[in-house]
Amino acid sequence: MRQTRAIELGTGLFVLLGFAALFFLVTQITNRQFGLGEDGYRLVASFEQVGGLKPGAPVSMSGVTIGRVEAIDYDFNEYRARVTMRIDRGFDRIPDDSDAGILTAGLLGGQYIGIGPGSSETFFKDGDQIGFTQSAIVLENLISKFLFSKASEQPPAAPEEGPAP
Amino acid sequence: MLAALPRELLSSLRTALVTLGTYALFFARLVAGAPPALVRFGLVVQQVHNAGALSLVIIMLSGLFVGMVLGLQGFDLLERFGSEESLGTAVALGLLKELGPVVTALLFAGRAGTALASELGLMRATDQLAAMEMMAVDPVRRVVLPRFLGCVISMPLLAAVFSLIGLFGAQLIGVQLMGVDAGQFWSQMRGAVEVDDVMEGVVKSGVFGVACGLVAVYEGYHSIPTAEGVGRATTRTVVIASVLVLLLDYMLTAVML
Repeated sequence: MRQTRAIELGTGLFVLLGFAALFFLVTQITNRQFGLGEDGYRLVASFEQVGGLKPGAPVSMSGVTIGRVEAIDYDFNEYRARVTMRIDRGFDRIPDDSDAGILTAGLLGGQYIGIGPGSSETFFKDGDQIGFTQSAIVLENLISKFLFSKASEQPPAAPEEGPAP
Repeated sequence: MLAALPRELLSSLRTALVTLGTYALFFARLVAGAPPALVRFGLVVQQVHNAGALSLVIIMLSGLFVGMVLGLQGFDLLERFGSEESLGTAVALGLLKELGPVVTALLFAGRAGTALASELGLMRATDQLAAMEMMAVDPVRRVVLPRFLGCVISMPLLAAVFSLIGLFGAQLIGVQLMGVDAGQFWSQMRGAVEVDDVMEGVVKSGVFGVACGLVAVYEGYHSIPTAEGVGRATTRTVVIASVLVLLLDYMLTAVML
């Protein structure tokens, strides 16, 4: 009888440890936030170019995460990408002339949406559209622009032979 | 000599098919008997203890060292590209999706699978299984099924513990020893790892649990009732279970990726 007790205790501890590990992995390692995802309100913004933005990416104001990107789809009326964001309920005082831009965290980091507050007295409500948007920067376009402007800047590159000072 | 070759080939092919068929039938018998066996929960608990709780130490120790090695190797590799901060992401995804389930299953086949096979084989050799049949007790239901279910229940839990300990091992090396920023380590990981990645590991280890458990109980139950036969059953368990786990891993990855 005593031995059975010990076995059951050991098994119970093992199962508890296993589920605790799973729970930790799901809640601490992933970006899923339970309980926060459902409440709050939606904002919509349309972009010329979303680059590498993905659902689940953070929406931030001055670096503070205030919500997440919920969905990205294509709007065939405007021919632009439509990004739906879910903003946490606590952040309900965003001026309705604020702008949204797609930014990159670090040189190689993931992309996120940064919201810059405007100066309006009225605030965004559920389902509102952000009017002013700035598209993601595509590196290839940037480089080609840079190269073209460089090329047109100095047409005959005057060759100055000789050792550089 | 040469003329006999196709015939031998044919007969070995036949043997392989017969083995596969017996495996499938035995598996079907286990699945059909699983719900009533779960009712006798005490037996299952005892086997979860034998297969899972007693494997915990070796799983945790291996997880720690696998994680530490991943931290070291990953750091060395990522440093060349100047992106050591991605270490957390690399280690977490590697552990959750691949190494956690697979290494756990291989260790499990070696630690618990052999124990099961030799136990059942010895029961067969000493006529304990026949004695049960004499008393109208179904040995599959009474002896085999609790052991099989113990494997299936234990494996995902063991794999989760393995991944978690491995993650902390990698953090130990990457952050404490190599000086990766702790905030970057965790926040990049959190940004990149999805719940689906964790679930992929759980599904994989569940399937591996079924595979390891099935091979172990099948080989033990059908072993030749001699000392040599029990030894052979144990060896076959490790070999078949390991190869099966790696094969299934490829197939599951191809499906779920």
